[in-house]
Amino acid sequence: MQLLMFYILGFGAVVSALIMVTNRRPVRAAMALIATMSFLAGLYVLLDAHLIAAVQLIVYAGAIMVLFLFMMMFLNVEEKEGRLVTHPGFQLLAVFLVGLIFVSVVSLFKMDGSALARSVLALGDGAVEFGTTKAVGRLLFTDFLLPFEIASILLLAAIVGAVILAKRRIDDSELKRHQSES
Amino acid sequence: MIALNSYLMLGALLFSIGAVGVFTQRNALIIYMCIELMLNAVNLTLLAFSRFLNNLDGHVFVFMIIAVAAAEATVGLSIIISLFRNKSTVDVDDLNLSKG
Repeated sequence: MQLLMFYILGFGAVVSALIMVTNRRPVRAAMALIATMSFLAGLYVLLDAHLIAAVQLIVYAGAIMVLFLFMMMFLNVEEKEGRLVTHPGFQLLAVFLVGLIFVSVVSLFKMDGSALARSVLALGDGAVEFGTTKAVGRLLFTDFLLPFEIASILLLAAIVGAVILAKRRIDDSELKRHQSES
Repeated sequence: MIALNSYLMLGALLFSIGAVGVFTQRNALIIYMCIELMLNAVNLTLLAFSRFLNNLDGHVFVFMIIAVAAAEATVGLSIIISLFRNKSTVDVDDLNLSKG
């Protein structure tokens, strides 16, 4: 049953990723990416990562992709379709190079059998809690408290940066008028 | 039971698909989406190792990666917006100001 779910979810994730990569229209690509992320959330549940699966759906498929779609609406880029690299030889070269990297990474896997490669280790005492909000939250707020706080500062910096980058510039004449008025 | 290698293989495959997308697409928005896909593939690998080593640290790493990806998407998209304001294109071939 688990194996069947793994094949269904993995196949769906790969197919929708391929749809995204070969597409020229940004909105269709975004929809395909949302599908990929949902399939990956299912795979996370298979890996007992319940909290991360929920976060994946809420933050990635929800927030980040909505941000992307909002941006496409804002820029109205759908009319001018994106295009692939013009030279087809370059595309083939890219596929070949990345395929080479893929094969060399896969060849690093241990195909024979250490216990790790063959099957899931039996879960220890924390078996019931593995991957739940309780267990991950406890870890986040004790051992990883400092990185957690740094992440919050990073998000704050990102908000400020986004506002400064995306806001409309006041040109100099307007600025001078403001200064002379005040 | 599903072997660790299956998850690693799937992660490597998704990462490669994302990398091909970065090289072949010319729309800045789609390139960003391909980078998100690559981040997701790495997350899958981390979670698989975390499960098979029976250690929750990987979950915390994935949590941090998601937070950083959110920050990166926000800043990147606002950079694309300001580029689009100035050049009215999101095609990376047309944005070649730093070309020698």
